[in-house]
Amino acid sequence: MSETKRLVELFSEKAKLVSAFVTPVKSLDEALAYTVDICEKKDACQILMAGCEFELSVPASALCDFKPGKVIVAPDLDPDVFASLKACSENKGIHCLPDGMRKFLGGIDIGFTIADAGIAETGTLLINSRSEELRLATMLCEVHVCVLRASTLRETSWEAEDMVRAMSKDGTGYVAFVTGASRTADIERVLAIGVHGPLELHILVLED
Amino acid sequence: MQNARDLKQYKGELTGALHNDFLRGAMDRFAVAYRAARANAFKGMDLDGLIAEIAKGKDEAMARMDELLAEFTSKAQALGVTVHVAKTAHEANEIIGRIAQKANVKRVVKSKSMTAEETLLNHHLEDLGLEVTETDLGEWIIQLRHEGPTHMVMPAIHLSRDQVSDLFSDVTGAKQTNDIQKLVKVARRELRRKYVEADMGISGGNFAIAETGTIALCTNEGNARLVTTLPRVHVALVGLDKLTPSINDALRVIRALPRNATGQAITSYVSWITGPGECQSSANGKKEMHVVFLDNGRRALAKDPMFSQVLRCIRCGACANVCPVYRLVGGHQLGHIYIGAIGLILTYFYHGRDKAKNLVQNCINCGACKAVCAGGIDLPRLIKEVHARIQDEEGHPLQSTLLAKVLKSRKLFHTLLRSAKAVQRPITGGTPYLRHLPMIFAKDQGFRALPAIAETPFRDRFEAIRPRVSGAKLKVALFSGCVQDFVYPEQAEAAVKILARHNVEVVFPMDQSCCGLPVQMMGEREASRSVAEQNVAAFDPAGCDYILTLCASCASHLKHGYPDILGKDPRQAVKVQQFADKVIDFSSFVHDVLKVKAESFAGDGKKTTYHAPCHLCRGLGVTEAPRALMATAGLNYLPAEEEDVCCGFGGTYSMKFPELSAELLKKKLANAESTGAELLLTDCPGCIMQLRGGLEAKGSAMKVAHVAEALAQRLK
Repeated sequence: MSETKRLVELFSEKAKLVSAFVTPVKSLDEALAYTVDICEKKDACQILMAGCEFELSVPASALCDFKPGKVIVAPDLDPDVFASLKACSENKGIHCLPDGMRKFLGGIDIGFTIADAGIAETGTLLINSRSEELRLATMLCEVHVCVLRASTLRETSWEAEDMVRAMSKDGTGYVAFVTGASRTADIERVLAIGVHGPLELHILVLED
Repeated sequence: MQNARDLKQYKGELTGALHNDFLRGAMDRFAVAYRAARANAFKGMDLDGLIAEIAKGKDEAMARMDELLAEFTSKAQALGVTVHVAKTAHEANEIIGRIAQKANVKRVVKSKSMTAEETLLNHHLEDLGLEVTETDLGEWIIQLRHEGPTHMVMPAIHLSRDQVSDLFSDVTGAKQTNDIQKLVKVARRELRRKYVEADMGISGGNFAIAETGTIALCTNEGNARLVTTLPRVHVALVGLDKLTPSINDALRVIRALPRNATGQAITSYVSWITGPGECQSSANGKKEMHVVFLDNGRRALAKDPMFSQVLRCIRCGACANVCPVYRLVGGHQLGHIYIGAIGLILTYFYHGRDKAKNLVQNCINCGACKAVCAGGIDLPRLIKEVHARIQDEEGHPLQSTLLAKVLKSRKLFHTLLRSAKAVQRPITGGTPYLRHLPMIFAKDQGFRALPAIAETPFRDRFEAIRPRVSGAKLKVALFSGCVQDFVYPEQAEAAVKILARHNVEVVFPMDQSCCGLPVQMMGEREASRSVAEQNVAAFDPAGCDYILTLCASCASHLKHGYPDILGKDPRQAVKVQQFADKVIDFSSFVHDVLKVKAESFAGDGKKTTYHAPCHLCRGLGVTEAPRALMATAGLNYLPAEEEDVCCGFGGTYSMKFPELSAELLKKKLANAESTGAELLLTDCPGCIMQLRGGLEAKGSAMKVAHVAEALAQRLK
């Protein structure tokens, strides 16, 4: 088994343990198609922000009206890649935006990003989140879809140390380790996935 | 929060907690699930090595706290962060209040910060007219209930889904179900608008990394990311103890923190925030960022030769997770703001004697916390030291002063024990138990039968049974401890029988006295030191090969406690170290040194289970020897659940907190009985007193014996 394949397997095993969806993809185009596809398949009622179907206070439910339809936000992408994603999305009647997250504080359907690296031993994505748009997209989306290039995988966090350091000097920085969707066990220690951040994390492992 | 005026009121609160069925059930399930999750999370890792590295790293960092502060400050300031240092909790609150007012802040969102709990920041900000919202689900729940946290990482673990449902019904003005998944979504939505409206976000910080000026945060819910991103002002309130030299040091702690806290390999999010980045809600497009370092005694702690190690704490909460007392009564009864073993210590330093004085007595000294601490902090010892200091400051209670006086004079102590034997007949009714204790001694002791003083103490029997060996290979000095000397001499006799059969010379120094652990437990340092000196002198350690004891508590105190107590005294240092080096427990001696063989025993295959004494399995790290001996002696060993959880004895603890002791015993006996064993073995006469007394009180047929007795009985 090649080293990369071993790391991909370890990463997938660990990420699945924390309820991430891990899918191998052959190309970036396949990743974009996957993203549009799950956005399209998202239940109609889920256009609403998670929680809109429940009894909320009046000010909290006001946010339910903030959304204009299905939205994918994909900040900081290569312009060509973004153009492809936008074309695929609009075909299906889905809005696709590179920025403007502050207009969607109520939430968006999908945040699409490309990870800078992966840490196999814990199933962790390392994402340089210096851009506020990117950070908000990964926090305010209901589904976070993240492409992970297999070649960027490393086994342990020790091998990510230099990368964190490089991203944390020469100016301001915001580096995120993301492992699974947001979660809590604060009520009776019962696991609930999807608290303040994404309800689902989809990782598309691109075998480059 | 601890507001009990005195021990009596505190005990009343404990009773209340014991009767909270939901709490008891939740805590039990958690204790059991945690153990498995933690073991799984650390599987295949060198845990001891990791703990040692964390301890070393933290100690080195704390020794140069000011240097790291300067480095962090220069890096962070260069990026535009304003760095503040608050000497006191009040000063920290005032600094943050001023930042808010200057920036014209109306609404604040907070992510979880134990440091902000420590300073009671929310109260201060609310008094300034600010709206403050906790965004961590558990913290939000307790904020709405006007309570303090009951666990460092699971602050609302004491509440049921029904209580949360009622609370959320009030908050939303709409009836909520008790479906946890739905309640979480309601919180998600109610809090989302709070982030949107807030002008200022306050976070804590798991690390303040000097090499880059980075604040790093570990969270699961993702709230800290929103708190540090959406509002235009970010304030991180961080204890000086969170200063960390490098990213490398932080990564090392992250390997242990989530695993030790909840059994997770890593938290969902680790955020490394370096300087004020872009912020579209700010007029100039840039975040306003402040780091407020809290001293509140930390600088002085860093210089304290004994207590500096408390600054190793990474706030994982594991010491609460494994504490048998926490499991019974929950966090509000086991900490003021900081909870669990570390909480008992930090309460004294950060919130004062008055908050700590009752709590600190509620440690049974089982050592479970020390065994899981990610920083290797010697928690039980420091708790005892805080207890002693409080007594020195406030005056010693009569009982403990009396005990101290008695124990300091072996002759007085032993005379009293002999007189007690002479007058006990009316209350034993001729049985080996004290059947009719006068009320003053019997208060709340009905859960166990207390043993009578033996007819003839071991010291008076020894000459008659002393092995007459010739050409002995080993010379062993026996330390009986008070219980085997005066209550259960037959246990020590059983040991002598086995030693004699293996051609071991045995001596019994007559000037030996109590090991001193009871007075150490009661905060009587002077008496503790005095008996330690007497024992070391009585044994003349260079004159024997081993100092053998059948009492796990004595053994652990003699081996680890004595060098602590006497080791710094140049007149004692050598002898006490020699003494400690020679101390060995019975099972280890028989298994590892004598290497007894199965053919020496006539095994009967009796169904037998085992209780692992705290001071043997954790105090001395002995786990294999007694279990192997049961097989060697031909017993049918049936492992019980939670064999290494405390039986509830804890020496004087069971007299001071009988209700808690009784509950721990109940659980222990239920686990032992459910194995179907007829015999329960252990390695400590104190545990035997508790276990046998409990079985006798409930009329159980199960028998309790020391491993030595079981072996001696089966010796061919």
